[in-house]
Amino acid sequence: MILFALRRLFGFAVTLLVAAIVIFWLLDLLPGDPAQFMLGINATPEAVARLRGQMGLDAPAHERFIGWILGMLQGDFGTSYTQRAPVAELIGGRLGVTLPLAVFAMVISMAVGLPLGILAARRRGKALDTIIMVTAQTGVAIPNFWFGMLLTLLFAVTLRWLPPGGFTPWNEDSGAALRGLVLPSLALALPQASILARVMRTALVDVTGQDYIRTARAKGLTMGEAVWRHGVRNALLPVLTILGLQFAYLVAGTIIVENVFYLPGLGRLIFTAISERDLILVRGATIILVVTVTATMLLTDIAYALVDPRLRERSTM
Amino acid sequence: MSLLEVSGLSVRFGQTEAVSDVSFSLQRGERFGIIGESGSGKTLTALAVTGLLPEGAQMSGAIRLDERPQPRLEHEMARLRGKRIGMVFQEPMTALNPLMRVKDQIAESIRINLSEAHVPQLLREVGLEPEHGERYPHQLSGGQRQRVIIAMAMASEPDILIADEPTSALDLITQRKVLDLIASICDRRHMTLLFISHDLKAVGALCSRVAVMHRGRLVETGKAASVFAAPRQAYTQKLVAASRFDIRPLSRPPIGTTLLEVDRITRDYRQGGMGPWARKPLRAVDGVSFSINAAECLALVGPSGCGKTTLARIVVGLDRATAGEVRLEGQRHHGSDLPKALRRDMSLVFQDPFGSFNPRMTIGNSIAEPLRLEPELDARAQRARLEEAVEAVGLTVPMLERYPHEFSGGQRQRLAIARALVTRPKLVVLDEPVSALDVSVRGEVLALLARLQADFGLTYLIISHDLDMIRAMADRVLVMEAGRIVEEGRPGEIFVHPQHRLTRELVAARLPEIG
Amino acid sequence: MRRLLSHPSLVIGLVATVIFLVIGLLSLVWTPYPIEQIDIGRRYLGPSAAHWLGTDNLGRDLASLLMSGTWTSFLVAAVAVAIGVGLGVPLGLAAVAWGGAVEWLVLRLTDFVFAFPAVIVAILITALIGPGAINAIVAIGIFNIPVFARVARGGALSIATLDFVAAGRLAGLGRAMIAWRHLLPNIMSLIIVQGTIQTSLGILAEAGLSYIGLGTQPPATSLGLMLRDAQGVFLIHPWLTLVPGLAIVLIVIALNIAGDGLRDAIDPRLRQGNPNVLA
Repeated sequence: MILFALRRLFGFAVTLLVAAIVIFWLLDLLPGDPAQFMLGINATPEAVARLRGQMGLDAPAHERFIGWILGMLQGDFGTSYTQRAPVAELIGGRLGVTLPLAVFAMVISMAVGLPLGILAARRRGKALDTIIMVTAQTGVAIPNFWFGMLLTLLFAVTLRWLPPGGFTPWNEDSGAALRGLVLPSLALALPQASILARVMRTALVDVTGQDYIRTARAKGLTMGEAVWRHGVRNALLPVLTILGLQFAYLVAGTIIVENVFYLPGLGRLIFTAISERDLILVRGATIILVVTVTATMLLTDIAYALVDPRLRERSTM
Repeated sequence: MSLLEVSGLSVRFGQTEAVSDVSFSLQRGERFGIIGESGSGKTLTALAVTGLLPEGAQMSGAIRLDERPQPRLEHEMARLRGKRIGMVFQEPMTALNPLMRVKDQIAESIRINLSEAHVPQLLREVGLEPEHGERYPHQLSGGQRQRVIIAMAMASEPDILIADEPTSALDLITQRKVLDLIASICDRRHMTLLFISHDLKAVGALCSRVAVMHRGRLVETGKAASVFAAPRQAYTQKLVAASRFDIRPLSRPPIGTTLLEVDRITRDYRQGGMGPWARKPLRAVDGVSFSINAAECLALVGPSGCGKTTLARIVVGLDRATAGEVRLEGQRHHGSDLPKALRRDMSLVFQDPFGSFNPRMTIGNSIAEPLRLEPELDARAQRARLEEAVEAVGLTVPMLERYPHEFSGGQRQRLAIARALVTRPKLVVLDEPVSALDVSVRGEVLALLARLQADFGLTYLIISHDLDMIRAMADRVLVMEAGRIVEEGRPGEIFVHPQHRLTRELVAARLPEIG
Repeated sequence: MRRLLSHPSLVIGLVATVIFLVIGLLSLVWTPYPIEQIDIGRRYLGPSAAHWLGTDNLGRDLASLLMSGTWTSFLVAAVAVAIGVGLGVPLGLAAVAWGGAVEWLVLRLTDFVFAFPAVIVAILITALIGPGAINAIVAIGIFNIPVFARVARGGALSIATLDFVAAGRLAGLGRAMIAWRHLLPNIMSLIIVQGTIQTSLGILAEAGLSYIGLGTQPPATSLGLMLRDAQGVFLIHPWLTLVPGLAIVLIVIALNIAGDGLRDAIDPRLRQGNPNVLA
């Protein structure tokens, strides 16, 4: 098990390193002189030279790359030249919105999707199954940001239960901050809950046909008991894989949904950075996103191995 | 008073009737066998008895246990079958929950059925140690898993044991051990047995009374000895004949000089891991040497995993030897480096007739594929070869335009043989050529192989674990264990006076002839 | 073919998809009004005989925008799927046909690309060359590559163990020939089903990217861009949000139903019944 975790951790580190190289290469080497690019064609040569110095562009690429990596390991992501603030600080502030949002959405989608999937599988072919699956089919098809708009119309404009947008920082009024995240997390959670319900149902239906369920029934269990005691845990294996991917894409999805609710999350920071050509900030924010996605997948793999004894011993992969 | 009485049982799926009007009864302590080929409805009959029919199956007729009909409530039926009926299934590899330790799975059965049994005792009864209980299913062999399932079936101290093909996924020696275990447990516990199998010998060894099932109906029922000695129905007669492998001796060309030499072949498989994590390689074949003469039929026997299939794959050029060499008429190769010019001289007939043809290609295209090795043939000559090959195996030319799914298992195996013959090879390697076929067609395919050998002077290398088949076909036998050849001889001598421990075990594991 | 048509969900899904596709195609030759035609005087009109779906905040005809936007969405999603199939399937097949180091490399590559959700790729591209429909195509296409590589590998792995592949090798076929002749034809159905699913995901992703301004740019339009334009006024004029949003939902549902139907129609396990039960 420990060997398995170590091997995965090694793979995680390699993926991150390659990702860092790609991002660095794209944003720092490709478009000619990044300083010139960042300041635009009308910039004075002095300004460009000053930015070059600030970015350390005079050093060779590999030295700058190593410097960037070492800096990040110590929490130094560089300084944003447009906002005149450390990138780490800027990103950290925004993650206070983005991460809770993704976590809430994840919790909601699991709390709704998994039970519905189990219910549909147990009532396979009955009316309830059809209702749940038609709802899920629709839920998968609804863009989360559009659903966010509909939620705002209903709960904020018509019913006036919740704020239509904006965000109160946690340290000012955590209750208001929480209320501000209710609609965005619901909007994010709907398609994910639908996917989870479908995956859970398929997995459970698959498992129901397995030989060991028949063995369990032969022991004296009813179909329902056999599925509950032996099926659900086996069915959770494919669901777990999806969960890992989902959290990753929820983090990415927040970038889009933030826009609907005018939330000061990572997405807004990135868009401002792009429009102001602040490549240092873009670089820092994308690597943070990639780290989050990759770390989630690592955790999923380890969770998978904890559930499945067969995986713990397999040496390859 | 009969313990179990089945009367007028029918099972249908929509329009198709899979089981029709089946009636039989079991007395307490009796051992009853149902014989049938795949698709005969024998498994559905067993599932109906236990109330485990799949969704969509409609059942009619009556099943009474101790004169009482099956309870209607699912919960009551479940507890009844748990308490009174133990079940052992065909596939030990998938019949256990992969995420649970086996002792917990046995303990669950004890708990549900409020039984007094203890897990360590049960494990000992089926010939396992208490430590085996701590393992997960994937850490046990097929035979061990089947023992665990038997232990689980015994946990509720049932009156009836239903065993559905319990040994057909196991190798010969394990098969015999599991059959003996079932017999001894039934004796000790005075348990009634309902044994379901396609294997007449297994049924004959265990059961006193048998029924033969064909296309959903019981065609013949009676005492085992009398059914096997004097079968009344044509179908039963065919089954009994097929299980005896009576192959008429044909006049064959005389055995010639050396065709193929295998010289100290070794094959290691990497076990994964890199650098310091690398594990010791697995040695599948360990310095094997032998030779085959032209027009000879040489058999290679051994338990599963002994390396016989790996060896065959190296001989025909699908796998590469780590060390050693193969010489075909003096020309050397090491397996997958077999030169194209030599490939046409050897061919392979696979075990599974269902996987050996690409479902998206016509049979003709599949059979013509090896002709790529003979680029000098023009289209007309190729066509002539195809037709010659198909007719040689007793099929007709129009069949070349059809797709694999239009053929039965036996026909596909004939077509696979046709493909193996199309390049007019000298050596044909047969990897378990009949073990995936229904009993009733095995005899036909073996007779075909014998005739082809006589007609074309072919040289055969047969890979098998079936001693009866080898006895009927082979001129010489090699016995293989753990990558080495441990004994060699004529089938007549080697099976009468086995020298090596493994050969003795194999011979002992043979089930007695029926009738 | 008749077998395929006996699945009602497949027929419904396909018909609905084709209808949307035809509407989109039609926009290439005819729309009720030119989509670039801005007429502030006629803005925020409700549905009428002249403007079937009304007009937007710039007085553009909503029906015309919808037709054109539908085409953009299909085009972006389809080209992205083509990228995914064109690069992913050969990678997946190569992983199986060659195995060993090739397979390891393909697996690591797919793992790696999975770490870059389409949004992140789109951000990187936009930071480099500015926004545009090409961004969306490339970003979604890159995301599709590992998806198809995995599907192709998974399908081909189970085919590769079958004896007819070994028979092909005995007949002297090379690895590429094995992949082409024996593996690819047998995983085509899997790829078609996945292609349908990825098209619907692509339409959703295009909408998201255009909505945040990383995708299609005016004067062209897409369903996502229509939602972006409606964003500022959606509390007052929700109609402008409802029309393109519903269009997306309907198209995606149509594609998903077609994909589910296709899978049911060609899944051999469902087609032949469960062989274990009848043994």
